[in-house]
Amino acid sequence: MKILVCVKQVPDTNEVKIDPVKGTLIRDGVPSILNPDDANALEAALQLKDKDPKVTIAVLTMGPPQATYMLRECLAMGADEAYLLSDRAFGGADTCATSTTIAAGIRKVEGVDVIFAGRQAIDGDTAQVGPQVAQRLGVPVVTYVQDIQMGEGNVTVQRQMEDGYEVINVKTPCLLTCVKELNEPRYMSVGAIVDAYKKEITVWNHTDVALDPADCGLNASPTQVFRSFTPPQKGKGEMLSGSITDMAQALVGKLVEKHLI
Amino acid sequence: MAEAYFTEQHELIRKLARDFAEKELTKEVLDQVEETEVFPEEILDKMAKAGFYGIKIPKELGGQGADARSYVLVMEEIARVSGVASIYVSSPNSLSGGPLLLAGNDQQKEKYLRPVVTGEKKLAFALTEPGAGSDAGSVATVAKKEGDHYILNGRKCFITMAPLSDYAVVFAKTDLTKGNKGLSAFVVDMHAKGVSCGKPENKMGIVGCATSDIILENVAVPECDRLGEEGDGFKIAMQTLNTGRLGVAAQSIGVAQGCLDEAVKYAKERKQFGRPIGSFQAISFMIADMATKLEAAKQLVYKAAYMMDTKQDATLNASMAKYYASETCNEIAQKAVQIHGGYGFIKDYKIERMFRDCRVFTIYEGTSQVQQMVIGSKLLKK
Repeated sequence: MKILVCVKQVPDTNEVKIDPVKGTLIRDGVPSILNPDDANALEAALQLKDKDPKVTIAVLTMGPPQATYMLRECLAMGADEAYLLSDRAFGGADTCATSTTIAAGIRKVEGVDVIFAGRQAIDGDTAQVGPQVAQRLGVPVVTYVQDIQMGEGNVTVQRQMEDGYEVINVKTPCLLTCVKELNEPRYMSVGAIVDAYKKEITVWNHTDVALDPADCGLNASPTQVFRSFTPPQKGKGEMLSGSITDMAQALVGKLVEKHLI
Repeated sequence: MAEAYFTEQHELIRKLARDFAEKELTKEVLDQVEETEVFPEEILDKMAKAGFYGIKIPKELGGQGADARSYVLVMEEIARVSGVASIYVSSPNSLSGGPLLLAGNDQQKEKYLRPVVTGEKKLAFALTEPGAGSDAGSVATVAKKEGDHYILNGRKCFITMAPLSDYAVVFAKTDLTKGNKGLSAFVVDMHAKGVSCGKPENKMGIVGCATSDIILENVAVPECDRLGEEGDGFKIAMQTLNTGRLGVAAQSIGVAQGCLDEAVKYAKERKQFGRPIGSFQAISFMIADMATKLEAAKQLVYKAAYMMDTKQDATLNASMAKYYASETCNEIAQKAVQIHGGYGFIKDYKIERMFRDCRVFTIYEGTSQVQQMVIGSKLLKK
């Protein structure tokens, strides 16, 4: 069985600051990391490989050439193959164009039985790319997966909900987006890092994955960002105390005072 | 790449060690280690899985097949958070594994080195004696040949991890008339008849890794457990220590970086006279000095590692690195405590532990004065 894991290199948002004037992210000097939910997706695949040595794992990303660093990290965690979709034509993509490119890449990787992805990336926080990729590939998708049991030609998963979970059986090939509750990603090891640098990373451009530049990147992105900004901080709340009547009276008093009622 | 001596592969190894240290060696864990004087086995197992015990050891011997620079980076990042944790990393890579890697035959490597680098067994390096510290040649432990065995008698002291170890490489005299050339090395089973450990020492720092005497009373060691030939002991010990110095040097820049981090953090937070103390020149100049000397120390350590990796003679550079980095680390720790003021003297702050931990760096694996001897004699030899 071959599992393909979609991964993304993202700025470490713990370290990102926002330009107070422009309202954009200051990415300079911010370390790039493997998106945390994607690490859970990869760990889920690795655990299946631990149980069954016949499982092979491919990781795939779209990004600039520097993204090979993150792919090496995935290899050093235990992935077998790594693919990078990298081309100027892919730049400036929104989720719609990104999913076109990633789906084209996955089609080119041979023999994929199941696709794992993280729930969402910590930079854009859209959670759209996974489901869109499934749509483009014409395979079923289950989002927010917190447990995976592989069967023959199908997989049983728990889909996380706010107050519980659904148990869903889905036919393979399919795409699952994983949440952090699924597992604790493993560390790389020194020796695996050494081996990771002996492996080849396959790099594909738009011609390799048979895409017209008009169908990818900025050209194919209907989303336009007008402005990004930090929402103003809400003031600290005030706790009222006393009997229900006292609190109700105090609340009405305050609302009247602010001319809200 | 931030450093001239490193490749992207090294940076990924640094990332692994940094993530590991930050995630596993939490304040709670380290406080508990100080209190109980025991390092959690669970974390030692995780270190083994991350490949920290056999960094430079070839893969065919169970190691990771990386290099001296990788070893330095792992040591630095672990020591940045915990001095004692870095001892558990250095031991199999350096003093314990070193003699086996240098002088062990295939069977000995398979039997002793492999389980040590995979973390299944612990092995101590037993050279020092009450009367033989810097003067390693004056070892008084005796190994007398009897048939296909040697009978060992003597006492080793200040042996790191002795009470926790499964084996020890013991240096003993096979010929009392030959001085250094009469010294031989043996792998001794710590559970063998006649082997016992003294009471663990009550140390100033590096708490959580027991150090004790090893007492040898008529211990029978099979001939096949001798490393190298009779008389090779001094050479094996010195070669091990020559490369082992790099580990202490790396430990020193790690702890020094940890101290600098804490000092900077505190200087920004702590307010006196209505402003952060870091805005006073007296404090900012101290921090500038600390950072500059640390950078110089790092370059010495990285260069020595680079020379080892490129098969150049690094004896002089490793001594310089160990000497300067350990002395500088103590200076930086001392200043970091000073910046913390009264709080630096209180155990609630990390800096108190770091200050105690690094004191031994200028002492073990060749004191600063021994390093000066090595450096001086190398220059004045001709």
